[in-house]
Amino acid sequence: MTRARAGLAPIHNGNSIRLETIPTLGFGDFQDAILAAVGGGQRVCALFGAGTGKPDTTALYVVLADDAGNGLAAGRTEVAGSGFPSLTPRCPSVHLFEREIAEQFGIRAVGHPWFKPVRYSRSWTGRDAWDRPLPEAILPAVGDFYRVEGEQVHEVAVGPVHAGVIEPGHFRFQCHGEKVFHLEIALGYQHRGIEEAMERGPTARSIHYMETAAGDTTIGHATCYAQIVEAFSLTQKPARAQVLRGVALELERVANHVGDLGALSGDVGFLPTASFCGRIRGDFLNLTSLLCGNRFGRGFIRPGGVGFDVDRPLTDELSRRLHALERETADSINLLWDNQSVMARFEDTGPLSGETVVALGIVGPAARASGLMRDTRYDQPSGIYRFFQIPVSTCDSGDVFARAYVRWMEIQQSIAFIRSQLANLPPGETCAVPGALEPERLAVAINEGWRGEVCHVAITDKSGRFARYKIVDPSFHNWSGLAQALRDQEISDFPLCNKSFNLSYCGHDL
Amino acid sequence: MYKQILARIRQGHRTIRFPKAVAPALPDRFRGRPCFDARLCRAECRAECRACSDACPVGAIDPLNKSIDLGKCIFCTDCMRACPGGAVAFSGDYRLAARSRRDLVITVDQETLILAQALDRRMKGLFGRSLKLRQVSAGGCGACEADVSVLGTIGWDWGRFGIQFVASPRHADGILVTGPVTKNMELALRKTWDAIPGPKIVIASGSCAIAGGPYAGHDQVLDGVESILPVDLYIPGCPPHPLTTLDGLLRLLGKIGRNGRVSRGD
Ligand code: SF4
Repeated sequence: MTRARAGLAPIHNGNSIRLETIPTLGFGDFQDAILAAVGGGQRVCALFGAGTGKPDTTALYVVLADDAGNGLAAGRTEVAGSGFPSLTPRCPSVHLFEREIAEQFGIRAVGHPWFKPVRYSRSWTGRDAWDRPLPEAILPAVGDFYRVEGEQVHEVAVGPVHAGVIEPGHFRFQCHGEKVFHLEIALGYQHRGIEEAMERGPTARSIHYMETAAGDTTIGHATCYAQIVEAFSLTQKPARAQVLRGVALELERVANHVGDLGALSGDVGFLPTASFCGRIRGDFLNLTSLLCGNRFGRGFIRPGGVGFDVDRPLTDELSRRLHALERETADSINLLWDNQSVMARFEDTGPLSGETVVALGIVGPAARASGLMRDTRYDQPSGIYRFFQIPVSTCDSGDVFARAYVRWMEIQQSIAFIRSQLANLPPGETCAVPGALEPERLAVAINEGWRGEVCHVAITDKSGRFARYKIVDPSFHNWSGLAQALRDQEISDFPLCNKSFNLSYCGHDL
Repeated sequence: MYKQILARIRQGHRTIRFPKAVAPALPDRFRGRPCFDARLCRAECRAECRACSDACPVGAIDPLNKSIDLGKCIFCTDCMRACPGGAVAFSGDYRLAARSRRDLVITVDQETLILAQALDRRMKGLFGRSLKLRQVSAGGCGACEADVSVLGTIGWDWGRFGIQFVASPRHADGILVTGPVTKNMELALRKTWDAIPGPKIVIASGSCAIAGGPYAGHDQVLDGVESILPVDLYIPGCPPHPLTTLDGLLRLLGKIGRNGRVSRGD
């Protein structure tokens, strides 16, 4: 059990607390509380603004994770006026959160070392942190980029439209010959206004926004959303549903990991694994499709439980296919580790040190590949993961190899988990009906999606509607990790490094 | 080397035989074309009851005559669950692509469905055996992108029909757009389109690209490709199943289905 620090309110993953139990700290105390927590090994899961009803005042909320103590804590402060002193110089992991607060609420993070927009859109308040005149359209990636000057230094700009079938983003490399000094990533092209549209919800669209926040993490985001609704409505969800949610989340992980290992293989020109995995990934998606009729899990997770039950013939069919796929997957992926030319390209490419991971708050396989025991299924378990722990897979070299190998270990663990869960499904209902949402509460839901921690935080207003709905996709933390991993690398290794993270553009842009 | 050969033998031949043989079986729970049963959704109460259209998150059902717009529909089945008479059902029919926006709207008693017709002779002559496409993701959630790129893998291998994604718009015969077209992607999409030499085609893949999907009406998006480019092929779904996409493209290239008319239940 954690003891939350003075001024912070303890909260459990998947629960809600009354808003009044979160004291409003003075701004200095709020920042000190974050600094002290981060200094003590905690992480910032979310830091975001919210309206206060007063025109010139913005509330800031923080959710901190104490992974060692398996606890979470929430804090609150208020900012009056047009800005606040930035915490980023003393706590780099909040850098993008502060930029986001500035963009959404039109207040400046004063002293932020790289104060730029995040998604290139207008604020929700009519104010603008960069004083951009109103009639002018805000165009993505327009503005200053970090530049290196000097003889033979050159700049390479890529995107938003890339060569492959991939989402849009803009990448600026500062290079010396082939060597990358610095990479800056500008996103926002996929911004479609999900958080804004969630306000005053739930509506008929809410669950669909969640299922499409990041299409390849449909189960991860929808599960968080369902848990938020359940936490507000104090719904007891059936055990059977919790197990089935776990099965779906692990299927999502396996499908994506297999696909990425295939793509990594393709990026180094090793075609056998690339083509086998391309097919196998699809067959894992087909398992999800057996559950709910959709390869990405649309319709499976619903507040209160799951949208579909499984019967004996279906679990048998799933187990049978899983068994065949397990062997084919191993056959295909193990070729990688035995192949010297693959290993030569994977090893020592795009290394990310453990210190950088901690400083930037990197999550998921990218953190575990740099030696961190950071897995919310283990640290902040909810649902089935409270009863069945999946061993945390780590590596320590932090390079492309490590990120690939961690995924391979996770594939094996997840398949074993799915198999054992399918064999021991608890009987009973699969969906409870959630009641009305309790007013004036804050809820947190965290799940380990395949890319890492998916964190949703929501606040209800007086009438039990969402006053604020914050979504943190793991990519939000990890894009900076990719930029760091590219330093001092060959620019030709970019596709490989990029794929080893395989981050979401739409999950970041929302 | 030995291990690789062994793995190759074990993995076997995996490409589906469609369209020469029947399409691979889809799971029972697959949601294909939705349809209203005219006997259960009776004409006399049709205009009164709005359970289905009220439940629809994206306004795909006309409240008066209960026609469903497949271009808007995200196949969520909320309407099916809401209907007190059990009149809405989802069939396993994956053939959904159409050439005109009108053909995507299906009425309660519609007997003949109009699927995608082939390109005209000249265009078919140009693209019939080689269609190179540039994919542009313009606000998609990544699912459409994933399920079109899967068509290039060995399981589907649409290279068999000369269809391929290419890296540059200069090498392309058209674009396949996913996503509702965010305002932040509008310029990039236009520039990509302009960079493709004519004659060229536009394919809108998924409900977002057709009509905005779940984001329809948001300030940040343009509610589909049609708002800025003329669309030649609409592929419904959220995301479209790879089979739906393949079927649509093969129809477009005149490789299956003659005039695109099939009767319901066929
Ligand atoms: S299945 Fe389609 S028509 Fe029915 S409610 Fe969902 S989006 Fe609307």
